[in-house]
Amino acid sequence: MTAALRIEGITKRWSSTITALDGVSLDIASGECVALIGESGSGKTTLLRTVNRMVEPDAGVIWFNDRRTSDLDPVELRRQMGYVPQDGGLLPHWRVRRNVGLVPWLTGKNGGEVADRALSLVGLDPATFATRWPSDLSGGQRQRVAIARALAADPKVLLLDEPFGALDAITRAELQDAFRDLRRRLGTTAILVTHDLREAIELADRVAVLHQGRLEQYAPPQDLLASPATEYVKTLFERAHVR
Amino acid sequence: MKRHLIAILALIAPATTPSESRPVIVGSKPFGESYILAEMFAQLLEARGFRVERRLGLGATLIAYPALAKGAIDVYPEYTGTGLLAILGDSTSSTDPKAVYARVSTELEKRDGVRWLAPLGFENTYAIAVRKATADSLHLTTISDLARVGSGLRGGLTADFIGRPDGLPKLGAVYGLHLAEVKALLPAVKYQALAQGAVDVIDGYETDGSIERYHVVVLTDDRHAFPPYEAVAVVSPMLQRDLPGAVLTLSELSDRIDVARMRAWNRQLEVERVPVATIAHQALGSLHLLSDSAMAIRPKAQRESEIDYGHLAALTGRHLELVAISMVAAIVFAIPLALLLTAAPKRAETVIRAVGVLQTIPGIALVAFMIPLFGIGVFPALVALWLYSLYPIVRNTYTGIRDADPGAADAAKALGMTGRQVLIYVRLPLAAPVIMAGIRTAAVIDVGTATLAAFIGAGGLGDPIVSGLALSDTRMILSGAIPAALLALAVDGVLAVTERVVTTGRGRARRSPSRSR
Repeated sequence: MTAALRIEGITKRWSSTITALDGVSLDIASGECVALIGESGSGKTTLLRTVNRMVEPDAGVIWFNDRRTSDLDPVELRRQMGYVPQDGGLLPHWRVRRNVGLVPWLTGKNGGEVADRALSLVGLDPATFATRWPSDLSGGQRQRVAIARALAADPKVLLLDEPFGALDAITRAELQDAFRDLRRRLGTTAILVTHDLREAIELADRVAVLHQGRLEQYAPPQDLLASPATEYVKTLFERAHVR
Repeated sequence: MKRHLIAILALIAPATTPSESRPVIVGSKPFGESYILAEMFAQLLEARGFRVERRLGLGATLIAYPALAKGAIDVYPEYTGTGLLAILGDSTSSTDPKAVYARVSTELEKRDGVRWLAPLGFENTYAIAVRKATADSLHLTTISDLARVGSGLRGGLTADFIGRPDGLPKLGAVYGLHLAEVKALLPAVKYQALAQGAVDVIDGYETDGSIERYHVVVLTDDRHAFPPYEAVAVVSPMLQRDLPGAVLTLSELSDRIDVARMRAWNRQLEVERVPVATIAHQALGSLHLLSDSAMAIRPKAQRESEIDYGHLAALTGRHLELVAISMVAAIVFAIPLALLLTAAPKRAETVIRAVGVLQTIPGIALVAFMIPLFGIGVFPALVALWLYSLYPIVRNTYTGIRDADPGAADAAKALGMTGRQVLIYVRLPLAAPVIMAGIRTAAVIDVGTATLAAFIGAGGLGDPIVSGLALSDTRMILSGAIPAALLALAVDGVLAVTERVVTTGRGRARRSPSRSR
């Protein structure tokens, strides 16, 4: 198994007293889906953002296809990685088609065609949705569009920051199914930040538990359940009633 | 034969007629007497063949005098006391008229090259006035007399006179004058209040037309408490150099105007509402300064009941021109400045605050600062309006860009937009409504502020407002103020349509906010 991403000893301090990440290391295999889980303030979003250099770490290295990300142009790096934030992050003054075709358009390709294909991929009919404004979409539709936008440029890695966190339970379940389905068909490497343990278990091949900027345990879901490495991981699972 | 004729014509025509050279620019300050005297200067020069340009109603001494020293105007009526107190900044000197004239004229000639011609012949200093009945029953002819009986009388004085060191405090010091009570009255009502017996003593100016109208008695300043305010035509250094003949013409008025005449003319203006041009024309006639042929030409004075719509349209056009040019210049400067500031957020607040401080400078002061640099007229007015328009545009553009949908901007960057692309394709379009709001605010303020252009002779709808205020002519004020208000509404309306065009997509999207949750 080749590592698509190798995170080594990442440390990030916001100030002398606030440490967001403290020497976190983990490998992500090609085609694997990894969930970063933890409470708010655990550093999971910061870790995700160091991958596409939206946050520059104070120490540590991230290898992307055997090259240090710090040696790459951040703009070029980001265009190879899809990104889905919690609120979708759609540009409100662009119609759906233009939003989805953003990255192809940035790299000088015909965004429109790619966009329509990507919309079909996430289960939205381009004929109905391509010309809509983002504010005319429901929350679930908006997240589908955001995922379509992230996939449109055929990225090597997909970064998702609590993509289903703001949705109601039914819509969330629908989108989780759709996402699992997509990954099965496309085999895209993905990092999924979530605070929902069930979601992590459902969708991820491996789960990284973060607590106060440290990596508590990194293992497949069933291993975490069977043999929690620390007291924190154990109580986390007990509190979530995942049994 | 033909050759002879040419020779004769050459002999008759003077070498150069004055009107071939540059015009003489006549200025005035914004009050009735200054308008009348300036109009007399102008008509006298015209009668002697000079071309004249009028820049009447300049905002204040601190605008008119620097404009004269710089040559932006050539002549305006000024008072020796003002020269002493306001221009030389000296309040300690003697109150002897001859000494003050000598001091002011020599020092300012040395300092600025400005020439104070021989005084016109009357003084317009403070006057203390009482009803004729009061004067008769208490035997009052001087202020010393008044001081004896002062504690039994009620004063109605202007706030300015109560506060100025050369006003009421000076009377207390020199005469020991103490009135039973002192009420602050507006200049417009004090004569009426005196005539009706609401107060017993008022302050005014020696040449007020109302002194005649209400038959009040002016008490003699027997101990010379007030500085002398002799009226003088002051002449720019450039006029002395370019058109010495014009200076000579102006000095024909020296020592020709006495207090009684000036008071009568002021009365015609203030009470009978005779147009300034007519008063000046008749005044010059009564002084025998116009030839019979010049007297026959009536000045084209507009009658009070008529509004000259052509003139109003021209003023509105000029007003719009001032607003349009200053606004375009402000937009072209302020938006790029705000864009630069978003790249340096630490310095941004300081810079924007500095731009905001400009807003607090009173219009007349800002314009006065600019006279040494740009003189008077349209250009300094444009610079002033431009400075006043910057703040709302810079502030709104900066805030709009900084606060534009942070989620969208962050996602755009995370997907691989460069900083420049985020600015152009995301932040700027999302900030457009806020930027447009700033531009609209600036434009409406600009339409209002542009009336101050009249203070420096740049024209516009401020012209009738300033002269209307000076001549207490409500109709004239409204003939400027109403079009200015309508213009503000129209400009805002046009910009509202522009805003809708600029923000079409979002306007459409905003119609269904309920579905966006």
